[in-house]
Amino acid sequence: MSKNKIERISGRAPDELRNVSIKAGVIKNADGSALIEFGKNKIMAAVFGPKEVHPKHMMVSDRAIIKCRYHMMPFSTDTRKRPNISRREIEISKVIREAVQPAIIMEDYPRTAIEIYIEILQSDGGSRCAAINAASTALADAGINMRDLVTACAAGKVDGQVVLDVDDTEDKTGEADMPIALLPNTGLITLFQLDGNLSKEEFDKALELAKIGCDKLYKLQRDALSEKYFDGKNGNKEE
Amino acid sequence: MKTNSVERKYVMPGDVVIEGDHNPLANVIKSGNKIISTKIGMAEISYNGVRVIPLNGTYIPRIDDVVIGKVADMNGFAWEIDINSWFFGILTGSAVFGRQFSSSRDSMKSQFNKGECLIAKILSFDRTRDPLISVSGPGLGKINEGEITYITSSKIPRVIGKKGAMIKLIEENTGCRMTIGQNGAILLKGTDEARTKARNAVKLIGNQAHISDLNDKVISLISK
Repeated sequence: MSKNKIERISGRAPDELRNVSIKAGVIKNADGSALIEFGKNKIMAAVFGPKEVHPKHMMVSDRAIIKCRYHMMPFSTDTRKRPNISRREIEISKVIREAVQPAIIMEDYPRTAIEIYIEILQSDGGSRCAAINAASTALADAGINMRDLVTACAAGKVDGQVVLDVDDTEDKTGEADMPIALLPNTGLITLFQLDGNLSKEEFDKALELAKIGCDKLYKLQRDALSEKYFDGKNGNKEE
Repeated sequence: MKTNSVERKYVMPGDVVIEGDHNPLANVIKSGNKIISTKIGMAEISYNGVRVIPLNGTYIPRIDDVVIGKVADMNGFAWEIDINSWFFGILTGSAVFGRQFSSSRDSMKSQFNKGECLIAKILSFDRTRDPLISVSGPGLGKINEGEITYITSSKIPRVIGKKGAMIKLIEENTGCRMTIGQNGAILLKGTDEARTKARNAVKLIGNQAHISDLNDKVISLISK
């Protein structure tokens, strides 16, 4: 880090992620599950299915449907959050659903529903990205046919500087926040949002940073899955 | 390059199993020149093509599979059987009583009641309709004794082993009779001790299906 750059509040370098740990298969009753700790975020994702669709009129005859619920626990924030599903949660549920949908081979499961439940136990900034990482790990854990895993990471602009992985304080004081999700093996982007303003150069840099962050998270997702299934062997690709 | 030998490696969704002209067999998709895995499991590259043996996932019914199920619901015409998949298996009255089946004359309860277990065969399934099952055939029908243990359906081939080697090994060493349902349900018959031993062996296979020296581990577990 060069001297003229302003230090971040958390003391991280501009291209440094928060501490992340992912664990797969944490819930016995779900078909697939994952717990992610992303800085102060603690997020649990559980996947059920494929199973019968209820209500029946939502059934699609040639493919599966995906139901996604993103929900924050009342104790997840510093002031109590009302437990009802809020407008923001409905939006994030939709965004997460659309981010993981391209990875799932839905034609393999006609007339079924795949349910993704995401509970935020403790929230910090960037919970939607963390939730996508957890959800995709849980989907793979549930044994659902997928083209690829989905990895998400945010980049942003704080105090005029483009940084990776914007946390809660930085999000509130900063100028821009740009969460992206992508399929790491093909590089296809499945989620793209941008709050705030970025110039062309800043945007290019932020996108590049976010992709680097996604690469790191992809490795952690693989580690989590190989820990459960292969006793930690062959977690990361040799080639 | 096509060879006669079988190569194995661990894969996850999105991993390129192999590049080149290969035949995608199961749990893989072809994208351009690449064969990509869609599940967590062991990839097998052989002369016939590429397949991934999954380590998890729900049972997908296939025609002629023998399954072990439980009566979940019944009405005047058919039983709904929980076969450990995402749809119930449908056992129609005429499949049990024959062509002359009449819902007013024949009592459904005289054959199968709610909660009873049975061994059945998948008659038809094409993913657009619920699987139809049948209990007519040797070895099929109501289960009167024994216990059922469950394992991930993709690991059933490991329980059976090469030409039935593993199942033979467990049966001979424990004295427990096993009937295997392709849906991941295994019926164990025998003394308490025999069943406990067999159950533990099945559990071991479930936990360590990806390990190559499974036979030795099962033997050492049983002979303890």
